[in-house]
Amino acid sequence: MTHPAFLMILLIPLAIAGLALINSGLGRSRNAAHVMMSSLCVTAVAAIAYLIFGFAWQGFAGGPARLMYISGRPWSWAGAQPLFMAGLDWNASPGALVAWMQILCVALAAIIPIGAATERWRLGAMCASAALLAAITYPLFGHAAWGGGWLAQLGANYGLGQGFVDSGGSGVIQAVGGLTALSMAWILGPRRGKYTAEGMPMAIPGHNAVFVLLGCLLAWFGWLGLNSAGALLFSNVAVGRLVLVSLNTTVAAGSAGLATAIVTRVRFSRPDASLTANGWVAGLAASSAGCAFVPPAGALLTGLVAGLLVPFAIETLELRLSIDDPGGAISVHAIGGIWGLIAVGILGRFGPSDSWQWLAQFVGIATLLGFVLPLAYGLNWVLNRFLPQRATPEAERQGLDLSELGAGAYPEFMTHTDEFLPR
Amino acid sequence: MKIAGLLLLPAGWLLVIAAVLLLHPSAAEGSFVLTGLAVEVLALALLFRSHLAPRRRHE
Repeated sequence: MTHPAFLMILLIPLAIAGLALINSGLGRSRNAAHVMMSSLCVTAVAAIAYLIFGFAWQGFAGGPARLMYISGRPWSWAGAQPLFMAGLDWNASPGALVAWMQILCVALAAIIPIGAATERWRLGAMCASAALLAAITYPLFGHAAWGGGWLAQLGANYGLGQGFVDSGGSGVIQAVGGLTALSMAWILGPRRGKYTAEGMPMAIPGHNAVFVLLGCLLAWFGWLGLNSAGALLFSNVAVGRLVLVSLNTTVAAGSAGLATAIVTRVRFSRPDASLTANGWVAGLAASSAGCAFVPPAGALLTGLVAGLLVPFAIETLELRLSIDDPGGAISVHAIGGIWGLIAVGILGRFGPSDSWQWLAQFVGIATLLGFVLPLAYGLNWVLNRFLPQRATPEAERQGLDLSELGAGAYPEFMTHTDEFLPR
Repeated sequence: MKIAGLLLLPAGWLLVIAAVLLLHPSAAEGSFVLTGLAVEVLALALLFRSHLAPRRRHE
C-alpha cells in the first residue's frame, strides 16, 4: 500500500513552481526568462548535489549518525549515510520516503535566494551556490532538526519539551533559504539604479502581478503537501491529524495575506498586490513549523503576525538597511520562518511536557543565526572569490535574458525602452 | 565591523550551546539562551551596518 506521505510529497513541486513564478513576476520583464531558467537549473543542481553528498550528511531519524559524547550524552551532529543514497531500502521504507521528500525540500530551499538576488546573479554562480547549499548548509541543519540530530533530541537528552519542533520546515527550508538569500543580497549588493547617490531607494516594480498571484495559489497547494508530509515523517503524527495540518496551513496563509492587504490599504490607500502576495507566502512559511501542533486559532494568530511583519520588514530592509531584495525573500522566508518557529514555542500544544518548548525553539533559532548564516555567508564569499557571482554592469543593463540566455522572455514586445536612452 | 559581526554570530551560538550542555532546564538556562540570542542580534546589527556604508559610497 502506498504510504500517505508519498502522495503528499507529490504536491511539493507546486511550491517550487509557485515560488519561481512569484520571483519571475516580481522582477523586470528583461529578466523573466532568466528567473524561470534559474529556478529550473537550481532545482536540478540542488537535487543532484543532495543525492550525491547532502543525504549522506543529513540522514534520517533512526539511521546511522556521527556522534560526539558530551558528559556521557550523545550529540548527533551529522548523518553517516553512504554517498549517492546508496544502501537505502527503496520499498517504501522511512529512509526512502525521507530521501524523496528531501530532494524536493532542498530544491525549494535553494530557489529562495533567487528572489533576493535576482536581476544581478549569474546563472553559473547561482548553480554553484545551490550546490553548496544542498551539499553542506542544508543537510547539516536538516540533520539536527529532521534527521534525529541534536536539536530534535533536545527533549530526550536535555529536558527541553519535545525537542526542536519544525514539522514542515519553517526553519529547515524557509529560514535556511531566507538566510542564504540575505547572504547573497549582502555579497552581490543592490541592483544598478536601485539607490541614488544619497542612498534613497528607487521603486523598481515587478513586471507581472498575475504571475505573482498565480504563484501564491500554486504555493498554497505545494505547502499543503509539504506540511502534511513533514508532519507525517518528522513529527510522527497520525494520518487523521492531516485535516488539522491542512486547515492550519490554509488559515495561516489566508490571515497573513489579509493582514498585509489591510496594512497596505491603510498605509497606501489601496491593497498592494505584490506585498499581499509576500504576506500570503510568509503565512505559509510561518505555518510550517507548528502546523500539526497549534490549534486553528493559533494558526490564525501565527498568520496574522506574519502578515503584519512582512510589509514593515520589507520597508525596513529597503529603506533603512539598503538591502535590495526584489522578491522579498528575506522578509518572507527568513523572518516569516523564524516567527513560525517562535510561534510553536508559544502556541503549540504538546501535553504536559511543553513547559520548556519555547527554549528548544530558541536554541534552534540561535543555531540558524549563529551557525547557518555565517556558514552560508562564508561559503558564498569564498565562491565569489573564485567564480564572480555578480553579472557585469552591461549584462545587468541589457537584462539577463539577453545577456545570459540570448533571447528575451517577450521578444515581440519592446519592454525596456530605457536601454535606448543616452547614459 | 563585518569580521566582528561574523565572529560574534557563532560566539552567541556557542553561548547558547554551552547553556544547553551545562545547565538544566531552568530560568538560568533560559537567561543564558536569550543572552546568546542577544549577542547574535548585536552581530546582525554590525553586519547590517558594515554592508550599509560601502554601498552608499559606491552609489
